[in-house]
Amino acid sequence: MENKRPLIALTAIFSLVLLYIPSVAVAVFSVNKARYGLAWRGFTLDWYMKLFENEYILNAALNSLILAVISTLVATVLGTALALGIDRSPWSGSFHRFFDLVINLPVVVPDIIMAVALTLAFNVLRMVSSAFDLGMTTLIIGHITFQISFVTLVVRSRLASLNKETDEAARDLFASSFYLFRRVTLPLIMPGVLAGAMLAFTLSLDDFIISFFTHGPDSVTLPIFIFASLKRGLTPEIHALSTVMLLFTVVLVVLAERLARRF
Amino acid sequence: MDDEKTTNKNPANKKPAMISWRGDVTKLSSLRLKGFALAAPPMLWLLFLLTIPCISFIFIALAQRGEYGDVVWNFSAHNLKRLIGFGSFGWSIDYLKILGRSLLVALVTTVACVALAYPLTFHVATRPRKSRVFWLTLIIVPFWTNVVVRTYAWLLVLGPNLPPAKLAAWVGLIPAGTALYPSSMAVYLGMITTFLPFMALPLYASVERLNWDLLEAAKDLYASRWQVFRQAILPQTWPGLSVGIIVTFVPAMAMFVVTDILGGAKYMLIGNLIQQQFSQARDWPFGAALSVALMVMTLISLSVFRRRKINLDQNINLDQN
Repeated sequence: MENKRPLIALTAIFSLVLLYIPSVAVAVFSVNKARYGLAWRGFTLDWYMKLFENEYILNAALNSLILAVISTLVATVLGTALALGIDRSPWSGSFHRFFDLVINLPVVVPDIIMAVALTLAFNVLRMVSSAFDLGMTTLIIGHITFQISFVTLVVRSRLASLNKETDEAARDLFASSFYLFRRVTLPLIMPGVLAGAMLAFTLSLDDFIISFFTHGPDSVTLPIFIFASLKRGLTPEIHALSTVMLLFTVVLVVLAERLARRF
Repeated sequence: MDDEKTTNKNPANKKPAMISWRGDVTKLSSLRLKGFALAAPPMLWLLFLLTIPCISFIFIALAQRGEYGDVVWNFSAHNLKRLIGFGSFGWSIDYLKILGRSLLVALVTTVACVALAYPLTFHVATRPRKSRVFWLTLIIVPFWTNVVVRTYAWLLVLGPNLPPAKLAAWVGLIPAGTALYPSSMAVYLGMITTFLPFMALPLYASVERLNWDLLEAAKDLYASRWQVFRQAILPQTWPGLSVGIIVTFVPAMAMFVVTDILGGAKYMLIGNLIQQQFSQARDWPFGAALSVALMVMTLISLSVFRRRKINLDQNINLDQN
């Protein structure tokens, strides 16, 4: 299996350079003293310090985190319920096709379509209640909407790998429905539920387009903040912010890998 | 799992039939009720916020924009005509051009990503087992990094007074002191680096399980490099590659962030156009027509790659020992 093709290795390294050069450049300029221009003026961590003084950025970071946590919690519960409801009940074939259609729609349809569909739904709902004015609520609802399907798909694949004999054994030992769920089903599907929740959490942090359409002036998230500040030009603070976000992603990926290995 | 229901109908008994379900003896109706109670809330959520709005775009597309950006319900094919070039101000294929450009950009991005992803995944798959996790992490991190952050980084790299722009100015491609964006090169760089991890990760799942003996056998039988790829590598990696193509081509077609930041108005794709209709232009019916067009384009590309899969799967069955 030893790779003896230098061309393959070279192209692979070239791809990785393409993937990482921009982020490395941003990281380098985030510790550059120069406020304007791109000449090197010496090392500094001032821009990182300034991040913690900028209340817009702190607010956006807090919004991103609140959004990711709440939407992930709700979507994990709803998505797991949907997976259980489909798997643990005798639905007919046409029902299964209907479920598959509705669940797969958010997975295959481009983000921008989801975003405008949500915009339309919120516009109709706003006639009923002002709770659907664009803001944190609509942002959270929007994120839950695209997260549910992914949680359901992950939990369903876990459910499919379980056998019914464990359920039968529990029933033979007089387990009640609740006891069966609490002590048998839930522990067995837990890795799937956690994987689904992790996927939902990262999807929320990674999203830009749906947030862009469903956020209000009081619920700016970090990606939206960066996107908006681009129109005013690049600043070392944004370099620092981008670098922090990138490092956060690295930490999440490494943590996820560690967690995945434990199951 | 319908085979699990074993009905013990007792003709003498008029009570509802009890069935055995995963070791539990219960009524069919109560099982259905349980399933319904679990599935209904999330299903209603998805239906009302996503499925029904998506379907209703078809009807909104047939309506007209009112004077103040409202939707006027007099049905006509006006928006469809506009899309294919019969505008209010005479013949213009601007919108068709944008649709075509979306397809072209998606196609070029996909082809470039395939070309880069094969060497990349082969390189990672041939690393020693211990360092493979590290190499794989290098692909996963950009996969999960926010697209705005990554596109923003290109804005910096391609900016004026940095080596890439200086080099281009020295060669004479751009005037000195200007940036390398907005340009098609910037858009393609942004697109390819955005989607390369999306192509590489599913492809890697297939490359990792590659049967290397087949490659050796092909070489022993004097297959050319292209023949080795076409007959030994492609059929084996098609399951991952087809997923990679779908998750690259479909979102690339609808891209909005990269083209907005690195392209500007000249490189608008259908995603940017839809965004405009729903915000600045406040022309929902036309935006709905564009959304329907994009959904149709998505469905077509999905069905194209599904069909190809069946053909190649038969090849795999022939090839595998």
